[in-house]
Amino acid sequence: MSETAKPAERQYGAGYKLIGKNYPTPDLYAKVTGQAKYAEDFRADGMLFCKLLLSPMPHARVRHIDAKAALAMPGVKAILTANDLPAPADTLTDNGTVIKASKWGERGLTNEPVYQGEPILAVAAVDELTAAEAIEKIEIDFEPLPFVIDPLDTLRPGGPNPRTDGNIWTRPAAPGSQGPGTPVVTELKWTHADFAEEKHGRLPMGKAPDEWTYGDLDSGFKNAALVLDETFVTPDTSHQTLEPRSAMAYWQNGKVYIHTGTQSTAQTLPAIARWLNISPDNVVFISEYTGGGFGSKITGGVSMIIAALLAKKTNTPVMMRISREEETFIGRARPGFQGRMKVGFGKDGRITALDMFVICDNGPYDAVGDAPSSGRIVSLLYQPQAMRWRGLTVLTNTPPRSAQSSPGGLQGIVIMEPIIAKAGRRLGLDQVAIRRVNCPEGKAPFGPPVQGKRQYATSAFLKEALDRGAEQFKWNERVARTPKRIGTKVRGVGVSLSCYVGGTIGFDGLLVIRPDGRVTFQSGIGNLGTESVIDVHRAGAEVLGVPWEKCEVVWGNTTKNLPFTCVSGGSQTTHAMTRAAYATAMDAKKKLQEIAAKKLGGKPEQYEVANERVFRKGGGAGMSLAQAAKYAIQLGGIYDGHEAPADVHKLTKASVASLAGQGLVAAAKDNYPRDGSTFSYVASFAEIEVDLETGKYDIVDFLASGDVGTVIHPRALGGQMLGRSTLGIGHAIGQKWVFDPHYGQMVSVRFYQSKPPTILDVPVDMQWTALDIPDPETPVGARGVGEPPVAGGCGAILNALSDALGDEVFQRAPVNADTILTSLEAGRPRQHPLMAHI
Amino acid sequence: MAVIRDVMPAFDLYQPGSIADAQKLLAQHGSDAWVLAGGLDSFDWLKDRIKKPKAVVDLSGIEELRGVRTTTDGIEIGAMTTLTDVVNHPVIKQKYDLLAQAAEVVASPQIRNQGTIGGNVSQDTRCWYYRGGWPCYRAGGNICYADTPEGRNREHAILHADRCVAVNPSDTAPALIALDAKFLLSTSKGERVVDAEDYFIGPDIDITRLHILQPGDLLTAIRISSTWAGAQFYFEKIRDRNVWDFPLMNVASAMVTSGDNIDHIRIAVNGAAARPLRLKAVEDAVRGKPRNAATGEMAGKLAVQGAIPLQFNAYKIPLMRNLVKRSIGGVEEATWTS
Repeated sequence: MSETAKPAERQYGAGYKLIGKNYPTPDLYAKVTGQAKYAEDFRADGMLFCKLLLSPMPHARVRHIDAKAALAMPGVKAILTANDLPAPADTLTDNGTVIKASKWGERGLTNEPVYQGEPILAVAAVDELTAAEAIEKIEIDFEPLPFVIDPLDTLRPGGPNPRTDGNIWTRPAAPGSQGPGTPVVTELKWTHADFAEEKHGRLPMGKAPDEWTYGDLDSGFKNAALVLDETFVTPDTSHQTLEPRSAMAYWQNGKVYIHTGTQSTAQTLPAIARWLNISPDNVVFISEYTGGGFGSKITGGVSMIIAALLAKKTNTPVMMRISREEETFIGRARPGFQGRMKVGFGKDGRITALDMFVICDNGPYDAVGDAPSSGRIVSLLYQPQAMRWRGLTVLTNTPPRSAQSSPGGLQGIVIMEPIIAKAGRRLGLDQVAIRRVNCPEGKAPFGPPVQGKRQYATSAFLKEALDRGAEQFKWNERVARTPKRIGTKVRGVGVSLSCYVGGTIGFDGLLVIRPDGRVTFQSGIGNLGTESVIDVHRAGAEVLGVPWEKCEVVWGNTTKNLPFTCVSGGSQTTHAMTRAAYATAMDAKKKLQEIAAKKLGGKPEQYEVANERVFRKGGGAGMSLAQAAKYAIQLGGIYDGHEAPADVHKLTKASVASLAGQGLVAAAKDNYPRDGSTFSYVASFAEIEVDLETGKYDIVDFLASGDVGTVIHPRALGGQMLGRSTLGIGHAIGQKWVFDPHYGQMVSVRFYQSKPPTILDVPVDMQWTALDIPDPETPVGARGVGEPPVAGGCGAILNALSDALGDEVFQRAPVNADTILTSLEAGRPRQHPLMAHI
Repeated sequence: MAVIRDVMPAFDLYQPGSIADAQKLLAQHGSDAWVLAGGLDSFDWLKDRIKKPKAVVDLSGIEELRGVRTTTDGIEIGAMTTLTDVVNHPVIKQKYDLLAQAAEVVASPQIRNQGTIGGNVSQDTRCWYYRGGWPCYRAGGNICYADTPEGRNREHAILHADRCVAVNPSDTAPALIALDAKFLLSTSKGERVVDAEDYFIGPDIDITRLHILQPGDLLTAIRISSTWAGAQFYFEKIRDRNVWDFPLMNVASAMVTSGDNIDHIRIAVNGAAARPLRLKAVEDAVRGKPRNAATGEMAGKLAVQGAIPLQFNAYKIPLMRNLVKRSIGGVEEATWTS
């Protein structure tokens, strides 16, 4: 790979002092030295430990619990069952709408376990060993109930239901509104005729409750030079964050204090209040460090209330350390898809029609959005001229799912990419060329028409990213290189497009210029490893012209006066919170100018802010930021936080009030316009070498080329580009769940069985590059990047494999020696084309 | 009784300083005792509370069990020698590189720093049903869950299954069999020396163990005579991940040739059955034959005769065929121009 591809040699942030530059984040030292305290590192006086009793059955009803022997043990303090949980609380939205609590929702403990590993009860004791021994003394009388492991099995005529009242999530139209309403569980069974396709290894396509269409599908297929109809199965993958969802809680003066990991400090607080059915005023949430989220800890996990309720019951602090096995069950996972696509291609490879059908394995609880998301993302990324999407979100008695990096995006793209690779070979087109002709560009449309008009992206420069990547990867040279095979080894190259949502709008920022001239940024972002918790504030410091050494970022504790902040999910943070940071810095700037004008005469606009001063343009009177902060305190009102802007969120207003009088307090809501929805895009390239005699393959080279807006922090960006590519690569090379469907039990419980990728499974010299083109619809041009690379990691590997092995080797991911050898031996795909969890 | 995993139960820990003391402790505690080497296998069992011994006898303080000694006719490796020390030992590298190659692909660097050669050959199977605490034949029950119509068995046996279809997961075992190593056992009746291949047993002999050690017995050392020193070696392990993974299958061969012909050869395969298989029939068939691809092909086909696939492990048949082939004919190294 060329030297110019080395990220360290690239310069970003032309014209900026902070944006686009590398710097050591303030949490770095604590993280690398082990001084950082994660939830399970905290201790409190008299602290108890709790352990969980997990359901041994995939679906059952608890008839009776006998805990007498356990409670009689010395050192055992309390037991918590589902009967001790508060009633599920309704949600009051910011605009005053009440969302009724779902009767199918997850509550932390249950008397009707709907998956193996679901917590039934918890025991608090003086130590974990005592708690574990107590749990072994508990007798539970279960009534086994019917269960479903493979989504297809519940759709069969007469098939069992995973919940007593149904098997699929549907969204009936909300009363009096156009859009879909709250999801409900209903029952759907297909006919024997629907299942006729199954014996041919093709996904049956019975009735689907969700569907949309645009364009003329029939003529799209009629005019196609090539039509492919392919079935593909994607894996269920646990998030497996290295920090499990351990939590510690105690109560003081009626307030609960909770330590646990999260993807949002600010928004976890209301979630805790809702789960405990208490006022948000009575919740203090501490989360300075989080060991990974990937969508599994958007607002932490409901299981944290177990520690809180046991702490209340015992009036003693309680630590709940979640073990790796428990995390496998309660720690969330990506839903696998059984998907089928019929795709029409023109001679030039342009997609004329796309008929997409997906079954999303939802697990037993809340409806995940992966199925609808897959349709929208595929429609954006490949810009089919006509498209129909149909989807089912099917419940099963397998561990709960949640969003995982590129939810739905990964599954949709991974089903689509091998079809494009196959079409390229059939049509004699270069793999970059067939993707280039379908690339979204500019304000690219996506999804179904809404009130007659399709939505569109803010911008897309994916063609440039594809071209840049192809050049740096030396795509043409690699394609032209001969021989492809030496001895038993074959090399293959693959390219994949990828994209995912990259930003939201409308959140708040908050900063204080202190009387000593230092600036404090209040950050409500979760510190989950991406560094956006710190990075976004560099945009604010840049606007104010304050050296970074004089800035401090406050984060990780809801008593520390945090503003209303987005959750770090949907890759929205860098986009949303640089906007808020920019708006807040502009508010500070305006206030500085006003203070200077008040004190030194003239009009505010005659002053500028730079070099830690506010001064007359063209020279003359001025003052330091330190002086201005003192004047702000004298002036009071809007200047020092005694008044807050009317349009900021109530959480922000409370924080502004708490900070009042401490300096110049700037707070603002991101009210900047945005035309379109924000996405980031990646073109991913891989070369693999596979041994035809063993089925073992290695990734030789990998490059991710991103169209991700303005580069804010190159090192953090590189971490996301390669780290998230690796997450996607794991889906191609081995990570999965394995279930025994007869007993409804997972057998791949441990890492060595579920096989997440290791650092030695990816090339040492993995590369990334970014266009650094600002998004035109946001002030500093930055977009989110966490999720967009994920599907590209998986797609590029799968396509490199089919380049090496041909199209008749796999119809599912992951692809391992077993798949490859079985198919090569048989001369055709042989591996159970539709079966889930093998 | 509810089940809970991942919490180490309490036990009495004994840390003897000599083999004799260890033996005394084992005799004293009988079936309540558990022998702890590097702990990689033991701690999984203990943490999951599936095995709950009252007394754990930790061998890590016994100096005489550690280290590699050169003898008049080869080497003797203490059972508690770490895999890292085996990999790095100059004499092993120079003369018995087959073992170094095998030890170097065990698990991960961290595990090799802690795991021992004695533990690696004595570890239990990783059948996910058995390790998950399912009450199967091997655990004293009367069913093999992996060998049911819907059982998940991609990692299971294709040969010599007898009720149980679990496989032996050791990487060093086939290398030691190919090197004709001898295992030294210290038993209540005195010292005993067995051939490496006789250390391992299948379910037909004892369905609850993978080796011949009886309660109270210790594996103390492994001897490798100079017979195969500097022979031509082949080792290959196929696994899903490049590190921290048990073998789907592995192969080890040691060979002496004169001219093009194979004079002497020993081949062993693991991951195909409940014990590492020495392929005697293959050895007999290729002895005296030219060392080439055709002999390898013939050997591979012979090796898999009688193999019976389960629903998800049919790939192991071509895999074993090809690995045995390569262990004789070698494999062409692919050197790409760019």
